Amino acid sequence: MSTTLMDPTSELMSEHREPLPKPDSLDGLTVGLLDISKARGDIFIDRIEDLLVQRGIKTRRYKKPTFTRVAPTELTQQIATECDVVVESLAD
Amino acid sequence: MPDFILVVKEDCATCQLVVPVVQQLAKLFDLEVYSQDNPGFPPEINVIDDTELEKSWSLHIETVPTIIKYDDSNETGRCFGWDRKAWEALTGESLSPELPGFRPGCGSMTVEPGMLEKLAVKFGTGSLHSRRVITATEEDDIEACFDRDWSDGLPLVPPTEIRVVRMLTGTFRNPDEIIGAVPPDYGECTIEKIAINAVMAGCKPEYLPVVITAVEAALQDEFCMHGLLATTYFSGPLVLVNGPISRAIGMNSRGNALGQGNRANATIGRALQLVIRNVGGGKPGGVDRSVFGNPGKYSYCFAEDETNSCWESFAVEKGFTSDQSTVTLFAADGMQGIVDQKSREPESLARSFAAGLRVVSHPKMVMAADAFLVISPEHERVFRNAHWSKQQLKDKLDELLMIPGEQLIAGAQGIAEGIPEKFKEATLPKFREGGLNIVRAGGSAGLFSAIIAGWGASGEMGSIPVTREISSH
Repeated sequence: MSTTLMDPTSELMSEHREPLPKPDSLDGLTVGLLDISKARGDIFIDRIEDLLVQRGIKTRRYKKPTFTRVAPTELTQQIATECDVVVESLAD
Repeated sequence: MPDFILVVKEDCATCQLVVPVVQQLAKLFDLEVYSQDNPGFPPEINVIDDTELEKSWSLHIETVPTIIKYDDSNETGRCFGWDRKAWEALTGESLSPELPGFRPGCGSMTVEPGMLEKLAVKFGTGSLHSRRVITATEEDDIEACFDRDWSDGLPLVPPTEIRVVRMLTGTFRNPDEIIGAVPPDYGECTIEKIAINAVMAGCKPEYLPVVITAVEAALQDEFCMHGLLATTYFSGPLVLVNGPISRAIGMNSRGNALGQGNRANATIGRALQLVIRNVGGGKPGGVDRSVFGNPGKYSYCFAEDETNSCWESFAVEKGFTSDQSTVTLFAADGMQGIVDQKSREPESLARSFAAGLRVVSHPKMVMAADAFLVISPEHERVFRNAHWSKQQLKDKLDELLMIPGEQLIAGAQGIAEGIPEKFKEATLPKFREGGLNIVRAGGSAGLFSAIIAGWGASGEMGSIPVTREISSH
């Protein structure tokens, strides 16, 4: 059930929350590549990695133990610590 | 408008008793009858269904039966319960002589526990103007507050309409009233916004007048809240409460007064910080550039122990009476303890205090930071036994804290930090005039006192402590 809360702020900001802004460029950033362990997802991730490496962009590979469950906390913490951007493969 | 409005409920023996009177009046006058529980009661007359209690709430009915007389649409009188003389005077009619002369009424359904707030939310929140934030169906309320960046890092009480309405019962002030603009964004701060943040902080409605006064004090120009927020220094606002309200709302002025465990101490200081965060937009990493901050920036609030002290309180020193309640705001760092378990003479203990106060900010800095010295009961006893007034102690500390310039100049004692060489021959006070204040608080056992140092930019150039009376209106 939803709840109605009263805004405690000065209401100078929009109520709508934007996602984090996307970077203008990947130069100097580390891109995490997360394979969710779904069949053939690795083929998609491999190709993305090729293209990024050709452009001189640093990548790191990660893999979820199983696509049926959310990523383990340790894995999301590791990705957040080591990467600036993450590409998650949903290929099937 | 009708001649009369009558509000009844079937589940009331007095309302049952007056049925013949109601039937008599319905024949004689334009009478509107509202029933709170059964629109079929009283029988044989037209009854308006008020089971939603909207009419009862808008008429401020506290007792049933209540009969209200109107002349030219204006209320000109009302009677509660059954009082034949009063009803006859109101209606000008002779009413049912067979009934007893007097029977008290019953409580209106609008005043059942919690009902007034529910009705205020249902019918009266048109006067509350804050934006409503609707959480998603599966969203946890407390997580929703974190996600919207309203929190100081600890869980907040979700500010629902009913909680805000209940909070506002703590003040007679209009929710629309604008207190001022809160830095750094200079967001407009109303009583309503303060109430919302007080809910989130965990305050009871009875604390609200203290919170409002603390916000008003923070917005005084001499307190310099914008600079205090933006500084790289350690400081944040400390709330000192004096006077009867501190005892009425159960604030802690004794053991652990500067620590955890008392709801009023913990939530009043927090509410002020949340107003600065949410209404002012002052957040760490944003305009708040403090290198360390201090734990008091979650909440820093205590009361002076006035009932056990031989000295006049801080507020009385500032010209208020002991019957007035006040809030004082001080731009404060964390706390530094002073241990002296051996001094039994006031001169000796004053020297201990002076030695501790000497190091505020830096042993070689003078007239930069103010300080509050919080003296415990056992330390106060040393001065009480020697019949020293608070002013005597202050004078002694001023004398002990006159420091030769040669100890303070840059390079002296092998320390590059220090004041300019030109002050070498001067003797300078550690604190600016009026910069050292003394209050009494703390637990009954322990020969300890506490120094709460102030912002390095205390005084005219930065922040001056502000004391304001807490208005009950």
